[in-house]
Amino acid sequence: MFKIVNRKEMAGGTIVMNEIEAPLIAKKAKPGQFVILKAAETGERIPLTMADTNPDKGTITIIYMVVGKSTALFKTLNIGDSYQDIIGPLGKPTHLEKMGKVVCVGGGTGTAVLYPITRGLKNIGNYVIGIVGARSKDILILEDEMKAITDELHICTDDGSYGHHGFVTEVLKTVLQAGDIKQVVAIGPVPMMKFVSKITKEFNVPTMVSLNPIMVDGTGMCGGCRVSVGGETKFACVDGPEFDGHLVDYDELTRRLQAYCEDEKKCYNDFCTLQQA
Amino acid sequence: MAEKDSKKTVSRQKMPEQKPEIRRRNFEEVPTGYTVQMAMEEASRCLQCKKPGCVEGCPVSVDIPGFISLILKGDMTGAIRNLWTKNALPAVCGRVCPQEVQCEGNCIVGKKGEPVAIGNLERFAADYERQNGTGVLPPREAPTGKKIAVVGSGPSGLTVAGDLIRKGHEVTVLEAFHKPGGVLVYGIPEFRLPKEIVFSEVAFLEKQGVKLECNAVVGRTVSLDELFEEGYEAIYLGVGAGLPKFLNVPGENLIGILSANEYLTRTNLMKAYRYPEYDTPIPKAKDVVVLGAGNVAMDSARTAMRLGADRVRVVYRRSREEMPARKAEIHHAEEEGIEFHLLTNPTRFMGNDAGRLTGMECLKMELGEPDASGRRRPIAIKGSEFIMDCDLAIVAVGAGANPLLTQSTEGLSLNKWGYIVTDPESGKTSKKGVWAGGDIVTGSATVILAMGAGRKAANSIHDYLTWGW
Ligand SMILES: Cc1cc2nc3c(=O)[nH]c(=O)nc-3n(C[C@H](O)[C@H](O)[C@H](O)COP(=O)(O)OP(=O)(O)OC[C@H]3O[C@@H](n4cnc5c(N)ncnc54)[C@H](O)[C@@H]3O)c2cc1C
Ligand code: SF4
Ligand code: FES
Repeated sequence: MFKIVNRKEMAGGTIVMNEIEAPLIAKKAKPGQFVILKAAETGERIPLTMADTNPDKGTITIIYMVVGKSTALFKTLNIGDSYQDIIGPLGKPTHLEKMGKVVCVGGGTGTAVLYPITRGLKNIGNYVIGIVGARSKDILILEDEMKAITDELHICTDDGSYGHHGFVTEVLKTVLQAGDIKQVVAIGPVPMMKFVSKITKEFNVPTMVSLNPIMVDGTGMCGGCRVSVGGETKFACVDGPEFDGHLVDYDELTRRLQAYCEDEKKCYNDFCTLQQA
Repeated sequence: MAEKDSKKTVSRQKMPEQKPEIRRRNFEEVPTGYTVQMAMEEASRCLQCKKPGCVEGCPVSVDIPGFISLILKGDMTGAIRNLWTKNALPAVCGRVCPQEVQCEGNCIVGKKGEPVAIGNLERFAADYERQNGTGVLPPREAPTGKKIAVVGSGPSGLTVAGDLIRKGHEVTVLEAFHKPGGVLVYGIPEFRLPKEIVFSEVAFLEKQGVKLECNAVVGRTVSLDELFEEGYEAIYLGVGAGLPKFLNVPGENLIGILSANEYLTRTNLMKAYRYPEYDTPIPKAKDVVVLGAGNVAMDSARTAMRLGADRVRVVYRRSREEMPARKAEIHHAEEEGIEFHLLTNPTRFMGNDAGRLTGMECLKMELGEPDASGRRRPIAIKGSEFIMDCDLAIVAVGAGANPLLTQSTEGLSLNKWGYIVTDPESGKTSKKGVWAGGDIVTGSATVILAMGAGRKAANSIHDYLTWGW
């Protein structure tokens, strides 16, 4: 059992942070790696990239958006409650290297995944420009945390309620035009990563994205997580989750993410109705 | 009871089974098991040969005439004790061993008529013990204080754990999944091997003192060298062959094409057949094709039927003779209405705008000269392309070695397919203090071979802990 020792709701309760006791994972985990969580006996195995780890305390932190039945179930867990199963750390860690000027682009809860990577890039001596986007001001997360570990931070909101009015790609373009960017890291919704990669391709700047396909085991034994990268099939759980953004087939990924959409919608609605009853 | 000279006239006791038209839509076990009377009747068919062929046919040399004569005497406790000396999981083996090519294939009674139903009797003895037995634990030798880690809780790892705990060692089993049992739990479906049987075997080991740690992905959560640092003196690797193979034909990433590993794991381990009571979804399809013809393919096809398909077709590029599945499973599948499309090879998948599978293009094949495996090589017939409509394709064309552990471990020799190289007699690997066995050494094989390898390694580990490497 994996106990929740700290919990915070963000963005009006649509995003939740859990700090969880998992000493073995905390000791081993590196930025970019993920865990698989299962709340209860009948639960589903859900992959989430860690937002932080504290090896001394023996805890890991995850930040998730409530999007379906499983995350709605996660949300019912309070401090002192436990996840039945957590497996990790899984996936390859981010390759961190001193390159010079780098840009870290985060969208939605992708910012949570981006956070430890940004910190890693900063700690190793890079000049880090952060660009963080959200649909609107009240669902923007980790602004202060990102500010503390970046040399410049740009905020964008789709509705203009805060920072730049518009998409992260617009700010990114300006930053790239100023020149000398060695690498871009983009983590967020698939369309965002797709468009970021399109722009960075124009500027010929190496780009790394972190993918979140449907997974079951997370150890390379089911192939459910397969993605096409540069025309080759890769298993995101073991070959990734990070890939060269210029080579990923985003349209295929978008479609594959819809595989159980109908089932999920129904299941989530039933669960919400039950909870309200 | 049968007289000595009337033995030949007793015919093989038919295993009672759920009727095909009922069972094809439920997940309950297909054969329901012998009654005591049926078991004794069947036991009476054994000729008690002086040089039993069946024992030679059994990879772990179960004392077959011995346990059968105990059943005949009504000494069911004696029968299970006898079985346990050679086979730690008789309830499992009685259900899943390919008896027709092992014990029963070598049974003398089978030369003229039907062989003694050894598998059914083995299953009976084990089930009788589980349901009515004393539950007395096997004796355990004095504690040695030595710690052993077993990686993987499939049949191979469980055998090693059982053998070494009884020899007085401390044993911890580390399992990557959240539940123990390996393929017995995530792969083989409930209707062929109820999960409760596997869990009760694991519980039996835990009662004897085996420690079980699930959610431990060795190579990620902890490395072999860290295990040695923690004080484990020997490590057994029984991590299986869990890497799904695909066909590598165009369109294979469409929605609705799953590896058998994924399809079966969702259904069995995650209990997707009880969705939405369980949260893991499974594609509900009407027109299913299964590619391959081994046990894995039969299990996938029969699962698809039980999940409500209108039509399930097994598509295989060779002929019926080459189908690797157990005969009983092929027979069961046919009874349940599964169609076999033999000498047929898929060449590409087709989908709609949403990226969902709608069909599969195939070529007709004919058999040519024998290939390296001794089987006649299938050759495509030019211009024989045709299209099979389908909304779910399950790829069951084999498995490979999962590199997760082997590639993160230094000093472990692998062969060109990535399987671990071991000394066949002892199971020793090239890394000191590390043994391996089961599918990760042989490639996908059988439960009994994985257990046999486990037994050999357990003996070698015991020698090492007593005398050195
Ligand atoms: C669907 C299906 C049907 C089958 N039907 C039959 C049958 O009817 N008869 C028969 O004899 N054989 C059958 N087989 C084959 C048989 O199940 C296998 O040969 C046997 O299970 C191999 O045992 P094992 O102990 O080597 O590995 P497995 O049973 O594969 O167990 C390996 C275990 O190790 C775990 N593991 C892997 N990597 C790690 C890691 N890094 N850290 C920790 N744990 C890890 C896995 O999660 C798994 O639980 C079937 C196989 C399948 C897939
Ligand atoms: S273990 Fe398998 S081969 Fe051996 S006697 Fe039992 S059924 Fe036959
Ligand atoms: S999640 Fe199963 S192979 Fe990646």
